Amino acid sequence: MIPLNKKRSIWQRLHLDLPLLIALMTMMVASLAIVYSASGQDSAMMIRHATRMFGAILGMFILAQFSPNTLKSMVIPLYCVGLLMLVGVLLFGVSSKGAQRWLDLGVTRFQPSELMKIAVPMMVAWYIGRNHLPPRIIHLIIGFAIVMVPTILIKEQPDLGTSILIASSGIFVLFLSGLSWRLIGFLSATVGLAAWPFWHYVMLDYQKQRVLTFLDPESDPLGSGYHIIQSKIAIGSGGIEGKGWLQGTQSQLEFLPERHTDFIFSVLSEEFGLFGVCLLLCMYLFIIGRGLYIAVNAQDAFGKLLAGALTLTFFVYVFVNIGMVSGLLPVVGVPLPLISYGGTSMVTLMAGFGIIMSIATDKRMLLK
Amino acid sequence: MRKHRPTIRDHSAEANLFARRAFVGFVFVTLLIGVLLSNLYNIQVIEHQDYQTRSNDNRIKVIPIAPNRGLIYDRNGVLLAENKPVYNLEVIPEEVDNLEEALSEVEKVIKITEQQKADFLDDIKHNRRFKSQVLKARLDETEVAKFSVNQHKFPGFSIEARLARYYPYGDTLTHALGYVAKLNKKELTKLEAEDQATNYRATHDIGKLGIEKYYEELLHGVVGSQRVEVNNRGRVIRTLSLTPPEPGHDLVLTLDIGLQQIAQHALKDMRGAIVVLDAKDGGVLALYSNPSYDPNLFVHGISSTDYKKLLNPDRPLINRTTQGRYAPASTVKPHMSILALEEGLVTEQTQIWDPGFFQIPNVEHKWRDWKRWGHGHVDVYRAIEESCDTYFYDVAYRLGITKISDFMTQFGFGELSGIDIHEETSAIMPSREWKEARFRESWWRGDTISVGIGQGYWTATPMQIANATNILVNRGLDHPPHLVQVAKKENEVTQINNDEKPPVVLKNPHHWQIALDAMHNTVHKVTGTAHKAFKGANYDPAGKTGTAQVVSIAQGERYDAKSLKERQRDNAIYVGFAPYNDPQIVVSVVVENTGGGSTVGAPIARQLMDYYFSANPIQIAQSDAP
Repeated sequence: MIPLNKKRSIWQRLHLDLPLLIALMTMMVASLAIVYSASGQDSAMMIRHATRMFGAILGMFILAQFSPNTLKSMVIPLYCVGLLMLVGVLLFGVSSKGAQRWLDLGVTRFQPSELMKIAVPMMVAWYIGRNHLPPRIIHLIIGFAIVMVPTILIKEQPDLGTSILIASSGIFVLFLSGLSWRLIGFLSATVGLAAWPFWHYVMLDYQKQRVLTFLDPESDPLGSGYHIIQSKIAIGSGGIEGKGWLQGTQSQLEFLPERHTDFIFSVLSEEFGLFGVCLLLCMYLFIIGRGLYIAVNAQDAFGKLLAGALTLTFFVYVFVNIGMVSGLLPVVGVPLPLISYGGTSMVTLMAGFGIIMSIATDKRMLLK
Repeated sequence: MRKHRPTIRDHSAEANLFARRAFVGFVFVTLLIGVLLSNLYNIQVIEHQDYQTRSNDNRIKVIPIAPNRGLIYDRNGVLLAENKPVYNLEVIPEEVDNLEEALSEVEKVIKITEQQKADFLDDIKHNRRFKSQVLKARLDETEVAKFSVNQHKFPGFSIEARLARYYPYGDTLTHALGYVAKLNKKELTKLEAEDQATNYRATHDIGKLGIEKYYEELLHGVVGSQRVEVNNRGRVIRTLSLTPPEPGHDLVLTLDIGLQQIAQHALKDMRGAIVVLDAKDGGVLALYSNPSYDPNLFVHGISSTDYKKLLNPDRPLINRTTQGRYAPASTVKPHMSILALEEGLVTEQTQIWDPGFFQIPNVEHKWRDWKRWGHGHVDVYRAIEESCDTYFYDVAYRLGITKISDFMTQFGFGELSGIDIHEETSAIMPSREWKEARFRESWWRGDTISVGIGQGYWTATPMQIANATNILVNRGLDHPPHLVQVAKKENEVTQINNDEKPPVVLKNPHHWQIALDAMHNTVHKVTGTAHKAFKGANYDPAGKTGTAQVVSIAQGERYDAKSLKERQRDNAIYVGFAPYNDPQIVVSVVVENTGGGSTVGAPIARQLMDYYFSANPIQIAQSDAP
């Protein structure tokens, strides 16, 4: 046994991981500056944003205080309640912007899919982590089912962005648990081969057309393509150095849609150029690196899988959002993590980081 | 769950497996970030120029700014055409909460007709909601004051000013200045063909008549522009750069507004025309056609009732000075006598017997003199002074139409005077060819006789009569008549209209003197036809009266039984110049259906000359207070 008397730092006692905390705080300060510009210098909006950030940080701090073991004990109830609420949303949910995502709780409205962003990877990590790694086929199948049930329910709302995020969080657990490469290869090949006859024989013309515009929005310049074209103009006209903070004409003159939410990356690219973009991507890479480092050093399989999956899911946000606004990927509503305006996703993300920090500072780590 | 596990968990193997997978994950993440970056590099660096251009196309719009139209002054610097702000009540629909309610509130302050309201609502429908629309144009001062007091009650409503043409002298100058009015589709097509459409992008009005039309290009100026930044709804955020418009040239006319007002007063309610020329250079000192009308009516679109009023039998729309065709009558006798002298048909001393009529040998028909009992023996002087018709019947008969026609053409008869307005007719200087073409009939000897006294087929405009006399008093030098002296722009002054036509050359220049002396006698001898009118003038005038049987005025008249008698009366004509020794001005007066040139024409000419030569000009109030 390694003696316990080794002095624990104040950060460990607070259950916070200092490098990760610094990186997150830096991103939030940057977020405030960019939201201020994107909102057309609306200080009221910035104050609201800062308030939500504070709430999110508080949430992270509280979650970090729970030990991984405590979290483990909450997995099943959390997952089940989440699943029930998803069904509830489909039955009694409140609609907004053509999608039924909210559950009206009288006092406040609640988006159960956000809860599932945390509950699903936890549940899968717990289930797979109970057994030996790499998992056996039967565990994989059950794990897959745990992921797919909420994914399909969310897809039905419809909320493609969130369902992709939830599916990937679960699949990352399976991947990190040592899913054999052979199986990965086999599954990819099957999906690829199945797609071909599906496209040619099952889908109708109008459905194909819908998929094609989805994949290439610029073919529809007056519809969904308009957003992407304006976004690419914003990014492209930013050049290497950018037009300067508050100087982006595409955003300040409101040519850019959804400036402070999904398309905030375009604002950043226009005003800070490729230089700012590189800086942002470096920050993301650092956060992901740190998250994976914590995962590798985690105490048990549950902690490893959960921290790893949450970290990689964080990257999915980054990739899908930036790929979308720069025209690489189809338009799905995924915010730019830690930068976009919007309380819900901010709270969920920080909750995820709270769990990662709890894993990072689990005191059993020192007993190893 | 299972109780038996086949093996004990190998923690370090699992940790290694996980670490390997996490590493693979990290590599993947790095690769995908590389993919994102290379795509962004492509957009931001390689295609930067293209996107930069598209970004500017998005935000930058160019707004044209109308140039200020050049002003028009008289020869003494009196402003004749100016640009005055007009006030329109405009509305930005976007800024009005409840348009219907607001409109009914506004109506309590300012009267708005149903038509204005309907037009306004239609404009709103076809324009974007942040764009200001005119609800009521041309508010008067009371309305502006009333609204301004209540302004705070009507957010989104405002009074906007723009410059519009205003003619302070109203109907006094209409036929010279003309007017501007709203640019129409036809004119726009023409401007496009001339590659001028861009220059008129912000312009509301264009010259429609008179000087305003003739000098449109000089008066208009060059359009300016403003590069502005707009947002995605097209609203202007700020101005990026400004190219100010270049105002049009100011024009200084040869007209004298005082003389012009005298002309208007002298004609009162008589139909007629007055032209006063500067004998030294052909500049038009006065050009007035009666009846006239207010050009300001046309600037903002004339109402159909007002326009119908202008379509009366007195034909105010016709510019009688350049479009009225009158028989020049006796005013051409001096010219005719010069031709006879030049051709050697008569000499200074030759006397012709006038029994009161003329007959072609072996023809029954008698051409009567205005004096039934005849003038007896007349030489060339008395023939002009007393306006003896028989003398000129005889001369014309012996000259023949071709010689007359050729000679008179040199004095501008039958040709456009070249005056700088477009409203002009060449009238008719008859010739064999002309009659052939016009009536498919050959010229008869008898046709020539009345041409000798400026009647028959011969017609001329008051401008032509003045011009022909101007050539005479200048002994053949031809200064074509013109209204504009100089064009001014900032400090740069351009002389226009200083060209001369080739002079009329006589074999014997003394013949000029004979005709001029005879015209002098007309005024000074007791027997002269203009003697009475000019008695006591403190300058030395000369002139020639004329009384023309009515042939037709421009484009004929409609047959009207009630006015038939009045309209058949003779036209009074007078053409004169002064001072006799060194002519400064030439005046031509035509008054329709009022009888004698000596009793009606000459006194009007005297008023004009008195004014011109008087040291203290008569003060006459402006016809229309600005």
